[in-house]
Amino acid sequence: MSTAFDHPEYNYKVVRQFAIMTVVWGVVGMAVGVLIAAQLAWPQLNFDTPWFSFGRLRPLHTNAVIFAFGGCALFATSYYIVQRTCRTRLFSDTLASFTFWGWQAVIVSAAITLPMGLTSTKEYAELEWPIDILVTLVWVAYVVNFLGTLAIRKESHIYVANWFFAAFMIMIAILYVGNNLAVPVSLTKSYSVWAGTVDAMIQWWWGHNAVGFFLTAGFLGIMYYFVPKQAGRPVYSYRLSIVHFWALISIYVWAGAHHLHYSALPDWAQTSGMVMSLILLAPSWGGMINGMMTLSGAWHKLRTDPILRFLVVSLSFYGMSTFEGPMMSIKTVNALSHNTDWTIGHVHSGALGWVAMVSIGALYHLIPIMFGRKAGQMYSIGLINVHFWLATIGTVLYIAAMWVNGIMQGLMWRAVNEDGSLTYSFVESVEASHGGYVVRVLGGAFFLTGMLIMLFNVYMTTRDAKKEAAVAAHA
Amino acid sequence: MDINDVRGLGSVFALIAFIGIIWWAYGSSRKQRFKDDGDIPFRDNTEMPADDDKDRSK
Ligand code: HEM
Ligand code: HEM
Repeated sequence: MSTAFDHPEYNYKVVRQFAIMTVVWGVVGMAVGVLIAAQLAWPQLNFDTPWFSFGRLRPLHTNAVIFAFGGCALFATSYYIVQRTCRTRLFSDTLASFTFWGWQAVIVSAAITLPMGLTSTKEYAELEWPIDILVTLVWVAYVVNFLGTLAIRKESHIYVANWFFAAFMIMIAILYVGNNLAVPVSLTKSYSVWAGTVDAMIQWWWGHNAVGFFLTAGFLGIMYYFVPKQAGRPVYSYRLSIVHFWALISIYVWAGAHHLHYSALPDWAQTSGMVMSLILLAPSWGGMINGMMTLSGAWHKLRTDPILRFLVVSLSFYGMSTFEGPMMSIKTVNALSHNTDWTIGHVHSGALGWVAMVSIGALYHLIPIMFGRKAGQMYSIGLINVHFWLATIGTVLYIAAMWVNGIMQGLMWRAVNEDGSLTYSFVESVEASHGGYVVRVLGGAFFLTGMLIMLFNVYMTTRDAKKEAAVAAHA
Repeated sequence: MDINDVRGLGSVFALIAFIGIIWWAYGSSRKQRFKDDGDIPFRDNTEMPADDDKDRSK
């Protein structure tokens, strides 16, 4: 990538690299998502090929969207925000470039080993131990570089977005290492040091905080910078953002037990997980409201600015999924929703509606700056608008289909005849879900088409910018 | 005193810390300070290489 766009003070190179790869991995990860959605609708698409089967491609999808797409988005935005709000260059360019290449190496190794069936079988922590070691090295470099940049800042106060990023990367480091502790027996196989119920608790301590710190705290950092920037006004209440931060990070870590309702986990632990999840509604909504209210007095901008629309709609989906989550953590509700497509719908209202949309909004603001243009000045604003509608309609189709499927499955599984026998066999509920699965493929295809349009728009923006730079160099 | 007293005290300390944070964030003597801190994203207007912040409205 051309050096014509390098900033005299900041390291924009690493931001540019991660920003571009976010779009690329977004397309890849969501394409795999559409593929596995199609496999659930039409099982023939497994083609009786082990490495192409749903069981192996599903973790490929989750790893690609969370760690490749989401991860690159977090690297790009955190490196950008920390420099701009501390008004200083990154602590170390070498570490920055190590995190970029190291992270891409992790992603490529995941993309090779998961379809081969090499897995530690822990959800969102499937990668085998040699890759885990690489992840840890990259992550330590990231933490050192980020905190090092905060240490050399020229702005006396640390802006709230950086607090969220710092909490996210420190917690992920602790949880990732804790959950992945294992005894290797060969290069490609290891056994977890945890066993039984403790293993389950540690797994969901990680799993839930992958949601809370990776998919939430980090993206709230994005929200606290890009919503004010794109709206052209400071955050609604900076004081609320402080309370929001401390409340959110102190409560999230206690809620993981809601993934283990009615399991061998002690009852009191399940109940405390449920109570903590209900309390979690308050800081979640505090943050959402803080983001939304930033627009007060500037609502009219939504009519003309599709980037702002991405950011605001992402906050609505964030509010929706953080209302749904506490409801699903109530044990009696969870008795209906657990293991059904309702959970999958909840996941994607968070993942597509919140995580993906807020990242897309931030990228449309940021990518032009990386190529010497003004914020948000993409090749085509019209295409951003098309992307916005594809993404919104795609998300709604996806989650509506999963609600219908999920509640139907939950009701079918618990239905009993007068003599106490089950009314439906499992396969009858699978058959009844077919329609919803087809709608999900459609919704996913909408969302993916939007991402392809984004890729095109980004490519054209870089091409124009390079042309302009070449002309300027001649003049 | 057994382990449960320690756990109880832990909750009490957490509550005190939380109230302390609210008091700190909403104390009237720090009102202006936090208002200024909220402006940090707009303070950085190094105009290189592009004029990042101006005229986005069009
Ligand atoms: C085009 C967009 C997408 C489509 C079509 C799609 C489709 C799917 C499908 C079919 C599954 C498996 C569901 C099952 O096992 O029943 C799944 C799981 C999952 N997806 Fe996606 N996905 C998309 C985007 C995303 C994004 C952007 C994220 C995260 C940022 C994400 C995160 C996840 C997670 C975490 C799971 C596992 C859920 C669980 O175990 O409960 N997906 N996705
Ligand atoms: C206040 C916030 C939230 C609470 C209390 C909450 C609660 C829950 C509950 C109760 C489940 C179902 C567990 C089960 O029955 O197995 C769940 C699943 C899940 N949630 Fe949330 N949720 C919240 C927000 C979010 C957000 C914002 C996201 C995404 C960005 C998200 C992602 C997920 C994922 C990926 C799963 C599936 C885990 C799995 O089984 O693989 N959650 N959540």
